[in-house]
Amino acid sequence: MSIAKGAAPLVILGLTLLPPLASAAGDPFLTVIATRMVIFALAALSLDLILGFGAMVSFGHAAYLGIGAYAVAVLGGMGVTDLGLQMLAAALAATLFALPTGAISLRTRGVYFIMITLAFGQMAYFVFVSFSALGGDDGMALKGYSTLLGLPVLASGTGLFYVSLALLTLALIGLDRITRSRFGRVLRGCRENSLRMQAVGFRPFPFQLTAYVVAAAICSVAGVLLANQALFVSPAYMSWQRSGELIVMVVLGGAGNLIGAVLGALAIVGLEEGLARFSHHWRLGFGLILVLVALYSPGGITGMIRRILPAGRPG
Amino acid sequence: MLNLILLQLINGLQFGILLFLVAAGLTLVFGIMDFINLAHGVLYMVGGYVMAALSAATGNFWLSLVLVLPAMLGIGLLLEAAVFRKLHDRPHLDQVLATFGLVLILSELVKLIWGAAPLSVTLPEALAGSVPLVGPLRYPVYRIAVIAAGLAIALMLWFVIARTRIGMLLRAGAANPAMVSALGVNVNRLFMLVFAVGAMLAGFAGAIVAPILSVDPGMGDSILILTFVVIVIGGVGSVRGAFVAALLVGIVDTMGRIFGPILLKQLLEPAAAAQAGRTLAPMLVYLLMAGVLFWRPSGLFGRSTGA
Repeated sequence: MSIAKGAAPLVILGLTLLPPLASAAGDPFLTVIATRMVIFALAALSLDLILGFGAMVSFGHAAYLGIGAYAVAVLGGMGVTDLGLQMLAAALAATLFALPTGAISLRTRGVYFIMITLAFGQMAYFVFVSFSALGGDDGMALKGYSTLLGLPVLASGTGLFYVSLALLTLALIGLDRITRSRFGRVLRGCRENSLRMQAVGFRPFPFQLTAYVVAAAICSVAGVLLANQALFVSPAYMSWQRSGELIVMVVLGGAGNLIGAVLGALAIVGLEEGLARFSHHWRLGFGLILVLVALYSPGGITGMIRRILPAGRPG
Repeated sequence: MLNLILLQLINGLQFGILLFLVAAGLTLVFGIMDFINLAHGVLYMVGGYVMAALSAATGNFWLSLVLVLPAMLGIGLLLEAAVFRKLHDRPHLDQVLATFGLVLILSELVKLIWGAAPLSVTLPEALAGSVPLVGPLRYPVYRIAVIAAGLAIALMLWFVIARTRIGMLLRAGAANPAMVSALGVNVNRLFMLVFAVGAMLAGFAGAIVAPILSVDPGMGDSILILTFVVIVIGGVGSVRGAFVAALLVGIVDTMGRIFGPILLKQLLEPAAAAQAGRTLAPMLVYLLMAGVLFWRPSGLFGRSTGA
């Protein structure tokens, strides 16, 4: 965990400096990209809680991104624009969806867990596709940005960026605490050896389900931010490709140490935007990088950092 | 009405057979090598493109279809040597990352070579017509040929797996790879073979479907997820399970799309029925999978291990 301790403040600090740098470079679009990076970092971070610490590889995590985004659309349509209320509603809706689906999914393990979470994600996707009141397949544009304490903070690109960054920092600190607590140790214990944990008197199910619900709620907050960035919601937010991308972010960064998920999200959004500027066929290079990291750098980006800086103690 | 049901049943069967061809390789790779291969759907797409390119070059459907097989076998061997071999004993998530990267690379390569526009393959003269089925109902010959070819391959696979020495090793390898290796079998070579044959089957499926659907870069994406659904319902590693599940998924999906809205119209007003039908039809397959996993957490024919 030493790497998380050292790297996290550096990463957050570096991100804090991005908007001034972007305006200095005369390229305000960089702030937009940076905001996307931070929002997806939050989503990937929430996935890391269950994937990295609980070995629960959810292939339907993007559903919560969509639930959060649609919470903004629905509440905004009713005239409720307060960000706090919207986040609360999003988290509530995510919890309501995650509790039953998580409980059913946890009956299965390994690849069957991957597939059953995919099934639930797809069900959510198709529900929103057919919901014509919410725009159906085409999605719908939002009327305006969410407000913070009545102020239109999110209407400016920089404001949205710093709010997102603050939420990411909070989530990072909170999840760091959770994963170090007794709860987190039990979760990791179940990841390593479920049978042994049961032998020493823990039932894995309530711990795993709690983690699943917490991850869903955090991801829905990322969805709230995503809707604000695009001023648009559509079922595409919850497609299985999006869920796959979240998994790839966590694995590329290195699962099970929180900061890896953040770095993975930054790398993927950055690579997508960066390579797309160079070539129409950027996916070729992007895919090549993923293959090379998978083949030659076990543990992803954080694994690479660990090998370069061997000073950190293991564990 | 009865004719419509019969027609859709055959359509579902044909779709199921296609799913089986792709799923057979995937379930073996998965069950025997314990390898999550997201790039399997892309192999189906590459098969379609190789077929389109060959038939454009040779102008002969049959020759192209025959040439697709060694071409896909070669591509399978190449990928195995370049990427998959190095990932055998690595965690599943590394395999996901690498094969996700492969999906991006292969799809983009295909776009680079053939462009993003869909290609089509013309049917051979002999299979272009349709035959009478029942009463006024006719069915295209080619689709019947696809069903026949798929059934023949399923039979061949069954024979190889159930009756030959290689099949015996495969079954043993699926049950306990370490033990098979300890008994002096070159498991790595077995894996190579399984992977290459899986690639060939997926490519063949892409090739025979090319005249019915158009060949486009996205065709692998949609089939990949359905294929995973199939092998999970059937039970990972079970070719028999994959066969049953593929037919089940093919028929449920096809029938649901046609009859879901019709049935709902009896219960709901037309507008609501159309809307509910649009959701429920594609969802049916996932409901089926969730239901199967709820009652049988390791699939229909899966071994009920905790792993």
